[in-house]
Amino acid sequence: MSEPLIELRNITFTYPGAPQPVFRDFNFQLPPGEHLGLMGPNGCGKTTLLHLIMGLLRPQAGSIYIFGQEVKREKDFIEVRRKVGLLFQHADDQLFCPTVLEDVAFGPLNQGKTPAEAMAIARKTMARLGLTGFDDRVTYKLSGGEKKLVSLATVLAMEPQLLLLDEPTAGLDEKTKDRLIHILQHLEIAYMIVSHEHVFLNHTVKECCHVHGHCCQPVET
Amino acid sequence: MSYIQEPFSEGNSLAHRLDPRGKIVVAALFAVLVAASKSYAATAAGLALALFCLALARLPWRKVAARLLMVNSFIFFLWVVLPLTYPGEAVWRLGPLTATRQGLLFTGLITLKSNAIIIGLIALIATVPVVTLGQSMHHLRLPEKLCHLLLFTYRYLYVFEQEFHRLVQAMKIRGFRPRTNLHTYRSYAYLAAMLLVRSYDRADRVYQAMLCRGFHGRFYSLRTFAWQRRDWIFLGLSLPALAVVLYLEWHRPTLW
Repeated sequence: MSEPLIELRNITFTYPGAPQPVFRDFNFQLPPGEHLGLMGPNGCGKTTLLHLIMGLLRPQAGSIYIFGQEVKREKDFIEVRRKVGLLFQHADDQLFCPTVLEDVAFGPLNQGKTPAEAMAIARKTMARLGLTGFDDRVTYKLSGGEKKLVSLATVLAMEPQLLLLDEPTAGLDEKTKDRLIHILQHLEIAYMIVSHEHVFLNHTVKECCHVHGHCCQPVET
Repeated sequence: MSYIQEPFSEGNSLAHRLDPRGKIVVAALFAVLVAASKSYAATAAGLALALFCLALARLPWRKVAARLLMVNSFIFFLWVVLPLTYPGEAVWRLGPLTATRQGLLFTGLITLKSNAIIIGLIALIATVPVVTLGQSMHHLRLPEKLCHLLLFTYRYLYVFEQEFHRLVQAMKIRGFRPRTNLHTYRSYAYLAAMLLVRSYDRADRVYQAMLCRGFHGRFYSLRTFAWQRRDWIFLGLSLPALAVVLYLEWHRPTLW
Protein backbone atom coordinates (compact mmCIF):
# COMPACT_ATOMS: atom_id res chain seq x y z
CA MET A 1 0.00 0.00 0.00
CA SER A 2 1.27 3.46 -0.83
CA GLU A 3 2.13 5.97 1.86
CA PRO A 4 -0.69 8.10 3.28
CA LEU A 5 -0.56 11.83 2.43
CA ILE A 6 -1.30 12.67 6.00
CA GLU A 7 -0.92 10.59 9.10
CA LEU A 8 -1.63 11.66 12.66
CA ARG A 9 -0.44 9.29 15.37
CA ASN A 10 -1.68 9.42 18.96
CA ILE A 11 -2.31 13.15 18.87
CA THR A 12 -3.40 14.89 22.05
CA PHE A 13 -4.47 18.47 21.81
CA THR A 14 -6.08 20.78 24.34
CA TYR A 15 -6.77 24.46 23.75
CA PRO A 16 -5.12 26.63 26.40
CA GLY A 17 -7.49 27.05 29.31
CA ALA A 18 -9.98 24.48 28.01
CA PRO A 19 -11.12 21.86 30.53
CA GLN A 20 -11.39 19.02 28.00
CA PRO A 21 -8.92 18.02 25.30
CA VAL A 22 -10.25 18.18 21.73
CA PHE A 23 -8.22 15.11 20.77
CA ARG A 24 -6.88 12.35 22.98
CA ASP A 25 -4.77 9.65 21.34
CA PHE A 26 -6.26 10.69 18.03
CA ASN A 27 -5.29 8.73 14.93
CA PHE A 28 -6.01 9.65 11.35
CA GLN A 29 -4.83 8.76 7.85
CA LEU A 30 -5.52 10.27 4.46
CA PRO A 31 -4.60 7.97 1.55
CA PRO A 32 -3.25 9.51 -1.69
CA GLY A 33 -5.79 10.76 -4.20
CA GLU A 34 -8.52 10.64 -1.59
CA HIS A 35 -11.45 13.04 -1.60
CA LEU A 36 -12.68 12.99 1.97
CA GLY A 37 -15.50 14.78 3.75
CA LEU A 38 -15.19 15.56 7.45
CA MET A 39 -18.38 15.88 9.44
CA GLY A 40 -19.38 16.24 13.02
CA PRO A 41 -21.09 18.64 15.41
CA ASN A 42 -19.73 22.12 16.10
CA GLY A 43 -16.71 22.04 18.33
CA CYS A 44 -15.78 18.41 17.64
CA GLY A 45 -12.38 19.42 16.27
CA LYS A 46 -12.78 19.56 12.49
CA THR A 47 -11.12 22.95 12.09
CA THR A 48 -8.61 22.05 14.80
CA LEU A 49 -7.59 19.01 12.77
CA LEU A 50 -6.93 21.17 9.70
CA HIS A 51 -4.96 23.69 11.76
CA LEU A 52 -2.87 20.91 13.30
CA ILE A 53 -2.01 19.66 9.82
CA MET A 54 -0.93 23.15 8.73
CA GLY A 55 1.10 23.71 11.91
CA LEU A 56 -1.02 26.64 13.04
CA LEU A 57 -1.62 24.69 16.22
CA ARG A 58 0.84 22.28 17.84
CA PRO A 59 -0.25 19.10 19.58
CA GLN A 60 0.82 18.44 23.17
CA ALA A 61 1.63 14.84 22.29
CA GLY A 62 1.78 12.56 19.26
CA SER A 63 3.33 12.90 15.86
CA ILE A 64 2.27 14.19 12.47
CA TYR A 65 3.55 12.83 9.16
CA ILE A 66 2.88 14.69 5.95
CA PHE A 67 3.91 13.16 2.62
CA GLY A 68 5.74 10.57 4.69
CA GLN A 69 7.88 13.10 6.55
CA GLU A 70 7.50 13.75 10.24
CA VAL A 71 6.76 17.43 10.88
CA LYS A 72 7.55 18.96 14.24
CA ARG A 73 9.03 22.41 14.06
CA GLU A 74 8.02 25.62 12.31
CA LYS A 75 10.70 24.96 9.70
CA ASP A 76 9.06 21.64 8.76
CA PHE A 77 5.66 23.24 8.50
CA ILE A 78 6.94 25.97 6.16
CA GLU A 79 7.65 23.12 3.74
CA VAL A 80 4.17 21.66 4.39
CA ARG A 81 2.51 24.96 3.59
CA ARG A 82 4.17 25.00 0.18
CA LYS A 83 2.43 21.74 -0.70
CA VAL A 84 -0.82 21.86 1.25
CA GLY A 85 -3.38 24.62 0.72
CA LEU A 86 -5.92 25.60 3.35
CA LEU A 87 -9.09 27.47 2.46
CA PHE A 88 -10.25 29.30 5.57
CA GLN A 89 -13.84 29.29 6.69
CA HIS A 90 -14.15 33.06 6.40
CA ALA A 91 -12.89 34.55 3.18
CA ASP A 92 -12.34 37.82 5.03
CA ASP A 93 -9.57 36.15 6.98
CA GLN A 94 -7.88 34.95 3.85
CA LEU A 95 -7.93 38.05 1.67
CA PHE A 96 -5.77 40.89 2.84
CA CYS A 97 -4.22 42.47 -0.24
CA PRO A 98 -5.86 45.53 -1.70
CA THR A 99 -6.57 44.07 -5.12
CA VAL A 100 -7.60 40.59 -6.26
CA LEU A 101 -4.60 40.07 -8.54
CA GLU A 102 -2.15 40.95 -5.78
CA ASP A 103 -3.86 38.63 -3.35
CA VAL A 104 -3.77 35.70 -5.77
CA ALA A 105 -0.13 36.45 -6.62
CA PHE A 106 0.88 36.71 -2.94
CA GLY A 107 1.44 32.94 -2.52
CA PRO A 108 3.45 32.42 -5.72
CA LEU A 109 5.62 35.44 -4.85
CA ASN A 110 6.30 33.92 -1.44
CA GLN A 111 7.33 30.75 -3.23
CA GLY A 112 10.03 32.77 -4.94
CA LYS A 113 8.40 33.38 -8.33
CA THR A 114 9.22 36.61 -10.15
CA PRO A 115 6.42 39.21 -10.34
CA ALA A 116 5.86 38.37 -14.02
CA GLU A 117 5.58 34.63 -13.33
CA ALA A 118 3.39 35.23 -10.30
CA MET A 119 1.05 37.42 -12.33
CA ALA A 120 0.85 34.81 -15.08
CA ILE A 121 0.02 32.08 -12.54
CA ALA A 122 -2.52 34.32 -10.85
CA ARG A 123 -4.25 35.16 -14.14
CA LYS A 124 -4.28 31.50 -15.17
CA THR A 125 -5.77 30.41 -11.85
CA MET A 126 -8.36 33.15 -11.95
CA ALA A 127 -9.33 32.18 -15.50
CA ARG A 128 -9.77 28.60 -14.35
CA LEU A 129 -12.19 29.69 -11.66
CA GLY A 130 -14.09 32.05 -13.95
CA LEU A 131 -12.62 35.15 -12.35
CA THR A 132 -11.18 36.73 -15.48
CA GLY A 133 -11.35 40.51 -15.30
CA PHE A 134 -11.23 40.62 -11.50
CA ASP A 135 -7.57 41.77 -11.48
CA ASP A 136 -8.04 45.25 -10.11
CA ARG A 137 -11.19 44.64 -8.11
CA VAL A 138 -10.78 45.61 -4.48
CA THR A 139 -10.92 42.49 -2.30
CA TYR A 140 -13.00 43.90 0.53
CA LYS A 141 -15.62 45.26 -1.82
CA LEU A 142 -16.42 41.86 -3.40
CA SER A 143 -19.63 39.95 -2.69
CA GLY A 144 -19.56 36.93 -0.37
CA GLY A 145 -19.51 34.42 -3.23
CA GLU A 146 -16.84 36.29 -5.13
CA LYS A 147 -14.72 36.49 -1.99
CA LYS A 148 -14.95 32.73 -1.55
CA LEU A 149 -13.91 32.01 -5.14
CA VAL A 150 -11.05 34.50 -4.95
CA SER A 151 -9.86 32.88 -1.69
CA LEU A 152 -9.89 29.53 -3.45
CA ALA A 153 -7.88 31.08 -6.28
CA THR A 154 -5.30 32.38 -3.80
CA VAL A 155 -4.81 28.85 -2.48
CA LEU A 156 -4.84 27.08 -5.85
CA ALA A 157 -2.33 29.58 -7.28
CA MET A 158 0.27 27.93 -5.05
CA GLU A 159 -0.32 24.68 -6.94
CA PRO A 160 -0.81 22.58 -3.82
CA GLN A 161 -0.68 18.79 -3.86
CA LEU A 162 -3.41 18.63 -1.25
CA LEU A 163 -6.25 21.00 -0.52
CA LEU A 164 -8.03 21.44 2.81
CA LEU A 165 -11.35 23.27 2.76
CA ASP A 166 -12.98 24.52 5.95
CA GLU A 167 -16.76 24.83 5.48
CA PRO A 168 -16.42 26.18 1.96
CA THR A 169 -20.17 26.51 1.37
CA ALA A 170 -21.03 28.55 4.47
CA GLY A 171 -23.12 31.51 3.39
CA LEU A 172 -22.98 30.78 -0.34
CA ASP A 173 -25.98 30.81 -2.67
CA GLU A 174 -26.89 27.78 -4.79
CA LYS A 175 -25.26 29.14 -7.92
CA THR A 176 -21.91 29.71 -6.25
CA LYS A 177 -22.16 26.31 -4.56
CA ASP A 178 -22.67 24.71 -7.97
CA ARG A 179 -19.64 26.55 -9.30
CA LEU A 180 -17.62 25.31 -6.35
CA ILE A 181 -18.80 21.73 -6.92
CA HIS A 182 -17.83 21.99 -10.58
CA ILE A 183 -14.37 23.34 -9.70
CA LEU A 184 -13.72 20.62 -7.11
CA GLN A 185 -14.89 17.83 -9.43
CA HIS A 186 -12.27 18.94 -11.94
CA LEU A 187 -9.40 19.20 -9.46
CA GLU A 188 -6.71 16.62 -9.93
CA ILE A 189 -5.38 16.72 -6.39
CA ALA A 190 -6.48 15.11 -3.16
CA TYR A 191 -8.69 17.21 -0.92
CA MET A 192 -10.46 17.14 2.37
CA ILE A 193 -13.63 19.11 3.04
CA VAL A 194 -15.11 20.08 6.38
CA SER A 195 -18.82 20.61 5.85
CA HIS A 196 -22.25 20.19 7.35
CA GLU A 197 -23.95 19.92 3.98
CA HIS A 198 -24.71 16.38 2.85
CA VAL A 199 -25.76 17.38 -0.65
CA PHE A 200 -22.54 19.29 -1.23
CA LEU A 201 -20.43 16.42 0.09
CA ASN A 202 -22.34 13.89 -2.00
CA HIS A 203 -21.25 15.78 -5.10
CA THR A 204 -17.65 16.35 -4.13
CA VAL A 205 -16.30 13.48 -2.05
CA LYS A 206 -16.22 9.71 -2.20
CA GLU A 207 -16.07 9.09 1.52
CA CYS A 208 -17.15 10.89 4.63
CA CYS A 209 -16.17 10.47 8.22
CA HIS A 210 -17.21 11.76 11.60
CA VAL A 211 -14.55 13.44 13.68
CA HIS A 212 -14.39 12.16 17.26
CA GLY A 213 -11.97 12.71 20.10
CA HIS A 214 -10.03 9.53 19.30
CA CYS A 215 -10.44 8.92 15.59
CA CYS A 216 -12.43 9.60 12.46
CA GLN A 217 -15.23 7.12 11.91
CA PRO A 218 -16.34 6.41 8.35
CA VAL A 219 -19.94 7.34 7.62
CA GLU A 220 -22.21 5.66 5.11
CA THR A 221 -23.24 8.11 2.43
CA MET B 1 -21.82 50.17 1.36
CA SER B 2 -18.96 51.45 3.39
CA TYR B 3 -18.95 54.87 4.99
CA ILE B 4 -15.23 55.18 4.39
CA GLN B 5 -14.81 56.77 1.01
CA GLU B 6 -12.04 58.34 -0.97
CA PRO B 7 -14.06 61.00 -2.78
CA PHE B 8 -11.04 62.80 -4.19
CA SER B 9 -9.22 59.79 -5.62
CA GLU B 10 -11.65 59.34 -8.49
CA GLY B 11 -11.26 61.60 -11.45
CA ASN B 12 -9.46 62.01 -14.68
CA SER B 13 -7.94 65.45 -14.37
CA LEU B 14 -4.29 66.21 -15.03
CA ALA B 15 -3.58 66.04 -11.29
CA HIS B 16 -5.08 62.54 -11.21
CA ARG B 17 -3.12 61.27 -14.18
CA LEU B 18 0.31 62.36 -12.95
CA ASP B 19 2.60 59.63 -11.66
CA PRO B 20 1.93 59.26 -7.91
CA ARG B 21 5.66 59.08 -7.18
CA GLY B 22 6.26 62.57 -8.53
CA LYS B 23 3.27 63.87 -6.63
CA ILE B 24 4.46 62.33 -3.36
CA VAL B 25 7.92 63.86 -3.71
CA VAL B 26 6.58 67.30 -4.57
CA ALA B 27 3.89 67.16 -1.87
CA ALA B 28 6.43 66.13 0.76
CA LEU B 29 8.86 68.91 -0.17
CA PHE B 30 6.00 71.38 -0.30
CA ALA B 31 4.61 70.39 3.09
CA VAL B 32 8.01 70.57 4.81
CA LEU B 33 8.82 73.90 3.21
CA VAL B 34 5.52 75.54 4.12
CA ALA B 35 5.46 74.04 7.61
CA ALA B 36 8.93 75.38 8.32
CA SER B 37 8.43 78.84 6.83
CA LYS B 38 8.11 81.78 9.19
CA SER B 39 7.19 84.52 6.74
CA TYR B 40 3.85 85.53 5.35
CA ALA B 41 5.34 85.97 1.89
CA ALA B 42 6.54 82.36 1.61
CA THR B 43 3.35 80.97 3.13
CA ALA B 44 1.16 83.05 0.83
CA ALA B 45 3.16 81.85 -2.17
CA GLY B 46 2.69 78.29 -0.91
CA LEU B 47 -1.05 78.82 -0.63
CA ALA B 48 -1.13 80.18 -4.18
CA LEU B 49 0.73 77.12 -5.45
CA ALA B 50 -1.60 74.80 -3.56
CA LEU B 51 -4.66 76.55 -4.99
CA PHE B 52 -3.20 76.26 -8.46
CA CYS B 53 -2.77 72.49 -8.03
CA LEU B 54 -6.27 72.24 -6.60
CA ALA B 55 -7.61 73.96 -9.70
CA LEU B 56 -5.77 71.41 -11.84
CA ALA B 57 -7.35 68.53 -9.91
CA ARG B 58 -10.89 69.78 -10.65
CA LEU B 59 -12.37 68.23 -7.53
CA PRO B 60 -15.97 68.68 -6.40
CA TRP B 61 -15.61 72.01 -4.59
CA ARG B 62 -18.36 71.31 -2.08
CA LYS B 63 -16.49 68.31 -0.72
CA VAL B 64 -13.23 70.24 -0.66
CA ALA B 65 -14.96 73.05 1.23
CA ALA B 66 -16.42 70.54 3.70
CA ARG B 67 -12.99 69.12 4.38
CA LEU B 68 -11.42 72.55 4.79
CA LEU B 69 -14.19 73.50 7.17
CA MET B 70 -13.32 70.47 9.28
CA VAL B 71 -9.66 71.48 9.47
CA ASN B 72 -10.48 75.10 10.15
CA SER B 73 -12.81 74.21 12.97
CA PHE B 74 -9.70 73.07 14.85
CA ILE B 75 -7.92 76.25 13.90
CA PHE B 76 -10.84 78.22 15.28
CA PHE B 77 -9.77 77.15 18.75
CA LEU B 78 -6.33 78.56 18.11
CA TRP B 79 -7.95 81.90 17.33
CA VAL B 80 -9.73 81.72 20.66
CA VAL B 81 -6.61 80.91 22.67
CA LEU B 82 -3.42 82.06 20.94
CA PRO B 83 -3.92 85.83 20.45
CA LEU B 84 -4.81 86.11 24.13
CA THR B 85 -1.89 84.14 25.47
CA TYR B 86 0.96 85.10 23.13
CA PRO B 87 3.23 87.72 24.73
CA GLY B 88 3.61 91.00 22.86
CA GLU B 89 2.18 94.42 22.21
CA ALA B 90 -1.48 94.74 23.19
CA VAL B 91 -3.93 95.77 20.51
CA TRP B 92 -7.23 94.95 22.11
CA ARG B 93 -8.43 94.57 25.66
CA LEU B 94 -11.54 93.19 27.26
CA GLY B 95 -11.43 93.12 31.04
CA PRO B 96 -8.53 90.89 32.05
CA LEU B 97 -8.08 89.60 28.47
CA THR B 98 -5.50 91.14 26.14
CA ALA B 99 -5.01 90.24 22.53
CA THR B 100 -1.51 90.90 21.21
CA ARG B 101 -0.43 91.98 17.75
CA GLN B 102 2.19 89.24 17.63
CA GLY B 103 -0.37 86.70 18.73
CA LEU B 104 -2.78 87.69 15.97
CA LEU B 105 -0.03 87.61 13.32
CA PHE B 106 1.18 84.25 14.55
CA THR B 107 -2.30 82.72 14.51
CA GLY B 108 -2.89 84.14 11.05
CA LEU B 109 0.33 82.53 9.87
CA ILE B 110 -0.68 79.17 11.30
CA THR B 111 -4.08 79.42 9.62
CA LEU B 112 -2.51 80.23 6.29
CA LYS B 113 0.07 77.44 6.61
CA SER B 114 -2.43 74.77 7.60
CA ASN B 115 -4.74 75.63 4.76
CA ALA B 116 -1.91 75.75 2.24
CA ILE B 117 -0.68 72.31 3.32
CA ILE B 118 -4.14 70.75 3.45
CA ILE B 119 -5.07 72.12 0.04
CA GLY B 120 -1.74 70.96 -1.38
CA LEU B 121 -2.25 67.47 0.02
CA ILE B 122 -5.85 67.30 -1.19
CA ALA B 123 -4.70 68.25 -4.67
CA LEU B 124 -1.65 65.98 -4.82
CA ILE B 125 -2.08 63.11 -2.34
CA ALA B 126 -5.84 62.68 -1.95
CA THR B 127 -6.06 62.30 -5.72
CA VAL B 128 -4.12 59.03 -5.38
CA PRO B 129 -6.10 56.01 -4.09
CA VAL B 130 -4.61 54.95 -0.75
CA VAL B 131 -3.64 51.57 -2.16
CA THR B 132 -1.67 53.14 -5.01
CA LEU B 133 -0.15 55.54 -2.50
CA GLY B 134 1.23 52.63 -0.48
CA GLN B 135 2.59 50.96 -3.60
CA SER B 136 4.24 54.12 -4.88
CA MET B 137 5.80 54.71 -1.46
CA HIS B 138 7.24 51.24 -1.83
CA HIS B 139 8.59 52.17 -5.26
CA LEU B 140 10.17 55.30 -3.80
CA ARG B 141 12.10 52.96 -1.48
CA LEU B 142 10.49 54.31 1.64
CA PRO B 143 10.87 51.92 4.59
CA GLU B 144 8.87 48.76 3.89
CA LYS B 145 7.37 48.76 7.34
CA LEU B 146 5.95 52.21 6.76
CA CYS B 147 4.28 51.19 3.48
CA HIS B 148 2.82 48.04 4.99
CA LEU B 149 1.62 49.91 8.03
CA LEU B 150 -0.24 52.30 5.73
CA LEU B 151 -1.74 49.55 3.57
CA PHE B 152 -2.76 47.37 6.49
CA THR B 153 -4.21 50.28 8.45
CA TYR B 154 -6.29 51.21 5.47
CA ARG B 155 -7.32 47.63 4.82
CA TYR B 156 -8.37 47.07 8.42
CA LEU B 157 -10.26 50.32 8.74
CA TYR B 158 -12.89 48.56 6.64
CA VAL B 159 -12.84 45.50 8.85
CA PHE B 160 -13.20 47.62 11.99
CA GLU B 161 -15.96 49.55 10.35
CA GLN B 162 -17.84 46.40 9.36
CA GLU B 163 -17.46 44.87 12.79
CA PHE B 164 -18.54 48.14 14.35
CA HIS B 165 -21.69 48.36 12.26
CA ARG B 166 -22.51 44.74 12.89
CA LEU B 167 -22.26 45.28 16.64
CA VAL B 168 -24.23 48.53 16.51
CA GLN B 169 -26.96 46.83 14.52
CA ALA B 170 -27.05 43.97 17.00
CA MET B 171 -27.54 46.56 19.74
CA LYS B 172 -30.19 48.47 17.81
CA ILE B 173 -32.38 45.49 16.98
CA ARG B 174 -32.58 44.77 20.67
CA GLY B 175 -33.93 48.22 21.31
CA PHE B 176 -30.77 50.03 22.41
CA ARG B 177 -31.09 53.80 22.32
CA PRO B 178 -28.19 55.92 23.54
CA ARG B 179 -29.14 57.98 26.58
CA THR B 180 -27.23 59.74 29.29
CA ASN B 181 -27.11 56.93 31.78
CA LEU B 182 -24.89 54.23 33.12
CA HIS B 183 -26.46 51.56 30.91
CA THR B 184 -25.47 53.52 27.79
CA TYR B 185 -21.92 54.08 28.98
CA ARG B 186 -21.52 50.46 29.94
CA SER B 187 -22.92 49.29 26.60
CA TYR B 188 -20.54 51.57 24.72
CA ALA B 189 -17.66 50.27 26.80
CA TYR B 190 -18.68 46.72 25.90
CA LEU B 191 -18.90 47.74 22.26
CA ALA B 192 -15.39 49.18 22.31
CA ALA B 193 -13.98 46.18 24.15
CA MET B 194 -15.72 43.72 21.84
CA LEU B 195 -14.45 45.59 18.82
CA LEU B 196 -10.92 45.34 20.18
CA VAL B 197 -11.14 41.64 21.00
CA ARG B 198 -12.76 40.72 17.71
CA SER B 199 -10.28 42.74 15.70
CA TYR B 200 -7.41 41.15 17.55
CA ASP B 201 -8.78 37.69 16.80
CA ARG B 202 -9.27 38.56 13.19
CA ALA B 203 -5.74 39.89 12.89
CA ASP B 204 -4.59 36.56 14.29
CA ARG B 205 -6.58 34.57 11.75
CA VAL B 206 -5.36 36.74 8.89
CA TYR B 207 -1.79 36.16 10.00
CA GLN B 208 -2.41 32.41 10.08
CA ALA B 209 -3.86 32.54 6.58
CA MET B 210 -0.78 34.45 5.45
CA LEU B 211 1.50 31.84 7.01
CA CYS B 212 -0.41 29.15 5.12
CA ARG B 213 0.42 30.92 1.92
CA GLY B 214 4.13 30.94 2.62
CA PHE B 215 4.46 34.42 4.13
CA HIS B 216 7.88 34.98 5.63
CA GLY B 217 7.91 38.65 6.51
CA ARG B 218 8.40 40.11 3.07
CA PHE B 219 5.94 41.65 0.70
CA TYR B 220 6.35 41.87 -3.03
CA SER B 221 4.74 44.56 -5.09
CA LEU B 222 3.31 43.75 -8.50
CA ARG B 223 2.54 47.28 -9.45
CA THR B 224 4.66 49.04 -12.03
CA PHE B 225 4.42 52.74 -12.69
CA ALA B 226 5.02 54.48 -15.96
CA TRP B 227 6.88 57.75 -15.68
CA GLN B 228 5.86 59.92 -18.61
CA ARG B 229 6.76 63.21 -20.19
CA ARG B 230 4.03 65.06 -18.30
CA ASP B 231 5.62 63.87 -15.05
CA TRP B 232 8.94 65.42 -16.04
CA ILE B 233 7.10 68.62 -16.87
CA PHE B 234 5.29 68.55 -13.54
CA LEU B 235 8.56 68.01 -11.67
CA GLY B 236 10.30 70.62 -13.84
CA LEU B 237 7.68 73.23 -12.97
CA SER B 238 7.13 72.32 -9.32
CA LEU B 239 10.73 72.38 -8.23
CA PRO B 240 11.38 75.98 -9.42
CA ALA B 241 8.06 77.00 -7.87
CA LEU B 242 9.16 75.50 -4.57
CA ALA B 243 12.48 77.27 -4.99
CA VAL B 244 10.58 80.57 -5.21
CA VAL B 245 8.87 79.76 -1.90
CA LEU B 246 12.28 79.00 -0.43
CA TYR B 247 13.66 82.26 -1.80
CA LEU B 248 10.81 84.25 -0.26
CA GLU B 249 11.42 82.54 3.07
CA TRP B 250 15.14 83.24 2.88
CA HIS B 251 14.90 86.94 2.05
CA ARG B 252 11.76 87.51 3.99
CA PRO B 253 10.41 90.64 2.32
CA THR B 254 8.54 92.34 5.15
CA LEU B 255 4.89 92.84 4.43
CA TRP B 256 4.04 93.99 7.92
